[in-house]
Amino acid sequence: MSVRGNSIFRDRWAIRCIALTAVLFVAIAFIGLVLLPLLQPNVKAAGLWDAICSAAGIARKPTNTTPVAPDFKISSVVVTPEMLDTADAQSIGRGATLAHQCAICHGPAGFSRADSPNLSGQYASAIYKQLKDFQSGARSNAIMTPFAAKLTDQDMIDVASYYAYLPRLPEDRTRQVIVAPQIVSNGAPLRNIPPCGSCHGSIDHKVGSPWLQGQPAAYIKAQLQAFARGQRNNDISQQMRNIARQMTPQEIDEAARYYSSLSQSAQLTGR
Amino acid sequence: MLTNKRLILAHFWLAFSVFGLAILLGAWQMLIRSPLHAWISNPEWYYRSLTAHGTVMGYVFPTLVAMGFGYAISETSLNQPLIGRRWAWAGFWLVLVGAVTAMVPVSLGLASVLYTFYPPMIGNPFYYIGVVLVVVGSWIWVALMSINLAAWKRANPDKPVPLAMFANVAGSYLWAWTAVGAALELLLQIIPAAIGLTSTIDAGLSRVFFSWTLHAIVYFWLIPAYIAYYTIVPRAIGGKVYSDAMARIAFILFLVVSMPIGMHHTFADPQVGAGFKFIHSAFTALVAIPTLLTVFTICASVEIAGRLRGGKGPFGWIAALPWDNPIMLAVTFSFIMLGFGGAGGLINMSYQLDATIHNTQWITGHFHLIFGGAIVIMYFAIAYDLWPHLTGRQLTNLRLMRTQLWLWFIGMIVTTFPWHWVGILGMPRRMAYYDYTNAALEPTALSVSISVVGAFILVISAILFFVVLLEGQRAPRENAGPYRFSMAVHPPVTLPAVLNGHALWVTLMVGLTITNYGFPVYELVTRSGMSVPAIYVGGER
Repeated sequence: MSVRGNSIFRDRWAIRCIALTAVLFVAIAFIGLVLLPLLQPNVKAAGLWDAICSAAGIARKPTNTTPVAPDFKISSVVVTPEMLDTADAQSIGRGATLAHQCAICHGPAGFSRADSPNLSGQYASAIYKQLKDFQSGARSNAIMTPFAAKLTDQDMIDVASYYAYLPRLPEDRTRQVIVAPQIVSNGAPLRNIPPCGSCHGSIDHKVGSPWLQGQPAAYIKAQLQAFARGQRNNDISQQMRNIARQMTPQEIDEAARYYSSLSQSAQLTGR
Repeated sequence: MLTNKRLILAHFWLAFSVFGLAILLGAWQMLIRSPLHAWISNPEWYYRSLTAHGTVMGYVFPTLVAMGFGYAISETSLNQPLIGRRWAWAGFWLVLVGAVTAMVPVSLGLASVLYTFYPPMIGNPFYYIGVVLVVVGSWIWVALMSINLAAWKRANPDKPVPLAMFANVAGSYLWAWTAVGAALELLLQIIPAAIGLTSTIDAGLSRVFFSWTLHAIVYFWLIPAYIAYYTIVPRAIGGKVYSDAMARIAFILFLVVSMPIGMHHTFADPQVGAGFKFIHSAFTALVAIPTLLTVFTICASVEIAGRLRGGKGPFGWIAALPWDNPIMLAVTFSFIMLGFGGAGGLINMSYQLDATIHNTQWITGHFHLIFGGAIVIMYFAIAYDLWPHLTGRQLTNLRLMRTQLWLWFIGMIVTTFPWHWVGILGMPRRMAYYDYTNAALEPTALSVSISVVGAFILVISAILFFVVLLEGQRAPRENAGPYRFSMAVHPPVTLPAVLNGHALWVTLMVGLTITNYGFPVYELVTRSGMSVPAIYVGGER
């Protein structure tokens, strides 16, 4: 046995293989990038070059037509994982002073007796986002909108940091614990509803989602109904509207009752 | 001449140990998402298990088999002691440390991102660092295979490289290059986000990088099985390889065309242009060539064995085959599963047909049939064939080996056929919970339950596999003689240089990667506004 030829790249077989591969690639690329785009009746290309660019995956420039603006304001807040995750004592202190004006509804220590959200121990990013949205008009509320209107950005950071700093209510063992309803623990995958708990605690927490344990049932129910009817629309990419629209009234009730039945610090189910 | 038996055994034992653990997770996953079990109420447990199962079965198990088998091939086919023994041990330890490093955060629920990473989900950095260590450990093996072959070529300038080593080195180069895609994704995108240097990630670019790895990695898993088809099966059943040149052509074609095709995994992704999807789809079709060459050559080689054993007529040779030989059974089962899996693959690689099964259980059924079925059953065959030479003890319980292979085959069919079927019914994949009372999923309940039975048959088969190997460790010592590979019917008199080296084929592989991936990657890297916030799993940051 022996091996023919010395340098592989001077071998005539090698040259043939390279040539064959090149021809193959050029032919396939021609079909994929030129021929097929031109043959597609539903591709509206301005010309040959436009068709090639489209098939190659080059992003098209935005068209000149103005996009249809929604008839409501959309949220401009970008929530990131690091957002407000560290707060200095001065900011918390300023927030405590500013929070006096919130106490009438949200309670002096952040626990509401008026079916307003409990704010103690809430994520700072969640509070900040809502205040920004109230100010911009992306979310509107007869009481909250005027309050938010006069806050500076720093004020909102301070208030959010203060409430995040406050402890959640300790677990109350005398409360009756309700078993998590299916919508909270499983969601309804075939209706594109993830489990509530996969973003709002009890299974996992996702950035920007508020902590719902111990929130008033009336408040949760009202918000879900507002999302479903499109009366509240400051959720990013319609996340909550898409979910709430698919929920049955019974599921809305169950979720609201379940979260309100938990104390704020209740241990997560399933963990 | 096997001199580093401990090294090779260490690789195989670690490979099969992690396989044994991961298959239990797999069976548990099949059970708890089926109608046979009440919902566990926490999807995180399911995804945690799934991440561990996929990471071990995808990255650790086949890599260790390829490494261990590769060292054995290098020593036996080149008939020279392994050069770089210490480095080989270092590679082994890196894989071990990497696997443990990755599995700790996964076990703690800090990295339930699935083995394909799925950015913008980001888990604990140690998970990704562990995976990188596994890959780095395997790259040492790649380098050693190349060094050992080069040393042999210097000492034997005019001799053709033995087929087994030629194929083994082709497989190692394929792995070295295909792992680069995921390495770029991990090092440039995911790890910086995981350790907090960045908080956004271009998930579309990540998916393109991962597709670079994702398809050819399957061929890296497949190469040891193909080496076994060509160099173990004909010898083990008393035949010869029909064509040595055809075998070499099959391996170099795998090297060239299995790499620039990964974007058929991104058919539904908007960030890749339709033209490039077509190019990748067309090149995917070319992979059928080396597969069909192999099917033809191996069937012909098996026919030779049948006729040498006295089989006559168009079908008489089939009856004359040594059906009591486990290797004969393994290759038969492997080919049947490869046939069904390959036919399913034709659907996946077609741009239009793929849309009907995209993101359904069909896909998971498909890759379990190909990898878990056609490939892993040959890993068993390799172990059965090599074990007496590694341990110096005979494996005598042929009946148990046959039972094990039969159960693996039956289990894999019972698991994956209904799995494909529910995919056609539209059952989505990657979900922890299915509401079988819903009218849309109710028709899948029976098939999913049958699948679970298959999964437990596979567990039983895996247990029997360990029983065979452990019995072998306790059997009386007996010299198995030198390890041999199959001979060709007509050993090549002369061999073109291109079929004796890898330089041309590696050049074509890299060249086609550049033509098929270069522009899409360039376009995504230079496009602004593509990044999205990272979603950190496993707790608040």
